[in-house]
Amino acid sequence: MDRRRFLTALGCSVAASPFITPMAFASAPWDNRLVVIILRGAMDGLDVIRPVGDPDYAGLRPTLAAADGLPLSDFWHLHPALAPLLPLYESGEMGAYQAVSTPYRDKRSHFDGQDILEAGYGETRSLGARDGWLNRLLLATPGIETETAFAIGRDELKILAGDAPASRWSPDADLRLTPQAQRLLEMVHHDDPLFRDASAQAIALAHELRMNPVTAIDDDMMAEAMTGMTNRGGDHVKIAEFAAGRLRGDTRIASFSINGWDTHLNQRQGLARVLGQLSDTILTLRAGLGPVWGKTAVLCMTEFGRTARENGSRGTDHGTGGAMLYAGGALRGGQVAGDWPGLGPADLYQERDLMPLRDVRSLAGWVMRGQFGLDRAVIEDAVFPGLDLSSEPGLLL
Amino acid sequence: MTFDPFLAAIRFGTGLSPRHAPPGDVDAVLADLSGDDAMAARYPIPPFSRMQPGIATIKEAAKARRAARGTPQEDATTEAYRGLIQAAMTLQRANLHATLGRMIDAPIGLRERLVHFWADHFTIRARGNQVAHGVTPAVEESIRPHAAGRFGTMLRAVAIQPMMLLYLDQPASHGPTSVLGLRRGRGLNENLAREMLELHMLGAEGAFTQSDVREFAELLTGLIYDPRQGFTYDARQAEPGGETVLGVTYSDAASLDTIYAALDDLARHPDTARHICTKLAVHFIGPDPDAGLLDRMITAYLDSEGDIQTVMTAMLTHAAAFDPVKRKVRRPVEFIAATCRALDVAPDAVMALDRRRTREKLTTPLQVMGQPWESPPGPDGWPEADEAWVTPQGMAGRISWAMEVPVTLRRDLPDPRAFVEMALGPHPPEEVAFAAAASENRIEGVGVVLASAAFQRR
Repeated sequence: MDRRRFLTALGCSVAASPFITPMAFASAPWDNRLVVIILRGAMDGLDVIRPVGDPDYAGLRPTLAAADGLPLSDFWHLHPALAPLLPLYESGEMGAYQAVSTPYRDKRSHFDGQDILEAGYGETRSLGARDGWLNRLLLATPGIETETAFAIGRDELKILAGDAPASRWSPDADLRLTPQAQRLLEMVHHDDPLFRDASAQAIALAHELRMNPVTAIDDDMMAEAMTGMTNRGGDHVKIAEFAAGRLRGDTRIASFSINGWDTHLNQRQGLARVLGQLSDTILTLRAGLGPVWGKTAVLCMTEFGRTARENGSRGTDHGTGGAMLYAGGALRGGQVAGDWPGLGPADLYQERDLMPLRDVRSLAGWVMRGQFGLDRAVIEDAVFPGLDLSSEPGLLL
Repeated sequence: MTFDPFLAAIRFGTGLSPRHAPPGDVDAVLADLSGDDAMAARYPIPPFSRMQPGIATIKEAAKARRAARGTPQEDATTEAYRGLIQAAMTLQRANLHATLGRMIDAPIGLRERLVHFWADHFTIRARGNQVAHGVTPAVEESIRPHAAGRFGTMLRAVAIQPMMLLYLDQPASHGPTSVLGLRRGRGLNENLAREMLELHMLGAEGAFTQSDVREFAELLTGLIYDPRQGFTYDARQAEPGGETVLGVTYSDAASLDTIYAALDDLARHPDTARHICTKLAVHFIGPDPDAGLLDRMITAYLDSEGDIQTVMTAMLTHAAAFDPVKRKVRRPVEFIAATCRALDVAPDAVMALDRRRTREKLTTPLQVMGQPWESPPGPDGWPEADEAWVTPQGMAGRISWAMEVPVTLRRDLPDPRAFVEMALGPHPPEEVAFAAAASENRIEGVGVVLASAAFQRR
């Protein structure tokens, strides 16, 4: 090929190229946004949202029940590592629901627990499942585009696996190319539409991430919103920035994980670290979403709770009932919702774990109902087959 | 559509290499499957039952650690446990290196490709970090020796492979009226039975019903794994009485032989033949396989009682096998190995990667490309469709790898103009040859060739 033909080839490819309007996607079926954060490792809901008003709490937790919590009410204190989120709690943009669990019981394996949380079927069916509940939500919705839902990060995120199309991006997938390399790549992919389109989108996404980091949108607002962030450069922040960027566009659903909640040992330090990441993540989402935050619901779900009793190494072991944290302008924050089973010996599940009083799927179900206007039947038959949605949990505005 | 040595190496092997002449004819390709397994000898991977640290050692250390909580031994037992997990992770890394070493060094690589095919067909995933290093050793033990042998023999080996039993919950499955089932109040777990019928043997379209699944699950009760003793068959956990699967009633003797008898029948079933041959043809050649090719493979399968070498011979001697249009995309592990071959990267350069470099150059890129090492999405294995691999993120991973990693494995990169023919064969697409020559430097020139659709496909 001579130079002239090369240029012609480039010209043709530019005309037909997604580079021109790399992100011109069809509009999404709804306007509201949903973010599901999977807290892998089993978050200790009793240490994050502390029931200091319960007469049995302090006795169960000799070292963990410290007086350093931030009062939310006479009964509930917030873990001090979530201090940066306290203003959100006070303005009704963040809250918690206590004493929930998936249908998983007794075996307390992280892997099975996470599979069940993400599959969203009953316990038995979830374990062999190949699809997740967010994917079934997409399947039940007409007009879904590949960009409607994004799985972000290194994790597999079975919650979005299934037959409905969904996109995926990891912060490791950074693509830096010289202009010449980019032109030549376009050339060697030009005749293969599958490669041409995927590469063009990859280049566009990577370019967009570098050119328009979320922090550039509104520096003042960002500075104010991010006060208290512990680690601005971490992967969790990059993931949250990326999620916010997508959700400001045509993406409506995003899911990613925060790992490291398995605090068997020295929970004080370990939990503070991951709560710091969670707090950074929520603040980054809020800042990055700007006005869209008002339409957004963020659910932070974990595979199960931890033992009510502290163990012998200043930590806690795998349990059953736990808490779901939530945030976003679309939900009713400023409350610790849910019935309280108590922590007396007879109140505990198998005399060891917080008794779950509600299926955490029903909370997600109601939030999807509120955000996307889904019929109850769609949720109970398609998204979470066999689930009884039960009464509205008080999370919707 | 006649035999093409370059296409043969690309489509049925692990790629072209300046070190290995492409196979001269079909017999040369198939010869890769017979004779000694030189690659396994040169790049050893321990079989599951002999790997160190073994599962039993790790489980005992975990137990000791739990028992020592709050005692003066707490730190020492924790350290001992962590040391074993570290050793397990080191083995897992070495197994990735050896897997790539074999693919890079093999004269043709058909055996490696077949092993990968079967490892994917019989997907095993580790549940938890105590067994995470057991996946590739399980393949080495139960799949590799049979990769070109009798399908039924491989099926028997896989059905008693501890990692498979653990993955699909078989040790938990109790005959509801068995001695142990009654004593423990436990019942059937159908997971292994269902996946074997649907994924491993008959296929989703196969002629089996829920009743077959249940009967087969009853038949499989008694397959146990105990970390200290390894695989065992425990008749006390086996459901008494005969079971009927696909119309055949098997002996009411609770024994491993009864299970083997059923597996042998199912391995010979025409639905199994169709399922296996279709999967092979799609995987090696492309979607919607030629009907004549498929018929021929199925006949070969049934006539040879599932002899895989015979089936592969039937495939490779059919004209459709050498359709010049490359309709499949190399999977990320294949892409990395093919790159190392084409660039003549010494296997030792891969074997020598330390923990950090393995992560930077192999495991993280594989994850971005969509094939995290030993972590397929579910029992049905990696996706077969090209569209699942050629995604924006997947391409970002492939392009970045092509541009950044090769020069770190071999500093003296070849001239991109010559490299095009090395990587793609004697008649590379014009635009790839042009792009290689038009690059600003060797790194980008080589990268553009490796990232091209022509190299990514096979």
